Amino acid sequence: MSPVSQELDRRFRDAAAREQLLDVAYDLVDTPVGALLVAATERGLCRIAYDAEPEQELERLARSFGVRVLRSAHPIDAARRQLDEYFEGTRQRFDLAVDLKLLADFNRRVLRELARVPYGEVVTYGELASRAARPRAARAVGTVMNRNPLPIVLPCHRVIGSTGKLVGYAGGLERKETLLRLEGALL
Amino acid sequence: MTPMTLPPFERFYEEHREEIYAFLVRRLGRDRAEDAFQETFLRALRAYPKLRHGEHLRAWAYTIASRLAIDEHRRPRADAELPELASLDGRPAFAQLEHLADELPPTERAAVVLRYGYDLDYAEIGAALGSNATAARQAASAGIRRLRRKDDQ
Repeated sequence: MSPVSQELDRRFRDAAAREQLLDVAYDLVDTPVGALLVAATERGLCRIAYDAEPEQELERLARSFGVRVLRSAHPIDAARRQLDEYFEGTRQRFDLAVDLKLLADFNRRVLRELARVPYGEVVTYGELASRAARPRAARAVGTVMNRNPLPIVLPCHRVIGSTGKLVGYAGGLERKETLLRLEGALL
Repeated sequence: MTPMTLPPFERFYEEHREEIYAFLVRRLGRDRAEDAFQETFLRALRAYPKLRHGEHLRAWAYTIASRLAIDEHRRPRADAELPELASLDGRPAFAQLEHLADELPPTERAAVVLRYGYDLDYAEIGAALGSNATAARQAASAGIRRLRRKDDQ
């Protein structure tokens, strides 16, 4: 019995994306902070996951966006290229469409403010809360950061505690430190 | 018991691509199997969100592939090639049946294999063949009669 060749497999995955039959296309992207599972709907990037357990992550994507979840490289090309450039230090801003339509209004507003925090700078949870017009919601902002569906691209690593401590990061503090060091925000 | 929920398409594809491809190679030969393989899973992808649960996905995949193989057989083929012979060891019941039914006309063969090899019901087979349950039942019994006559000879 002859197995399905890589070429045939890739052709099917390309065709599925080209014919816009997918609710979610995803692929793995290798970076200095580990392999990231990067997923996109036709509206834009919908998920970047550290240490993804594929089984669980795919089920989660299927529940949120629809069952037609398929690994397909092309729809992720732009994100892959920009992530590569970011980690090489040649890109400071991401220019990618994002799909945040399933998030609550408050989360979306906070993440939109977060996206404006420049490369190499940090902001406190309280300050980000103020920018999102909810100055007393520092703790809620912390929760939004913890559940950020698009870490790195939406730079929750740039948000730190009022005392200057890094506080927390869903991908682990070590990664937060690596990203801030890369951006020159930490020595 | 609640029916199994529909898995993400990636799981369905990973689970069934090898056997569906092998099935198409046996039916069509390697060259034509490649196109039919892609078309089978594109059709599956189009219909996938309409499935209500994750039961019988294997039979469903075979139904789509059989239908395509039959359509392919109806087309004139320029580069006829012999299908690969499957290993005879440990072949499942449906594979033995396919061999038995190899000399039947395509529609009868598909009806016999899907009914007795995959245990699909006539409505499903009708859908697979692009006809209906009655036509599927007739094709299956015509196939069985033909096989019996061959057996008698």
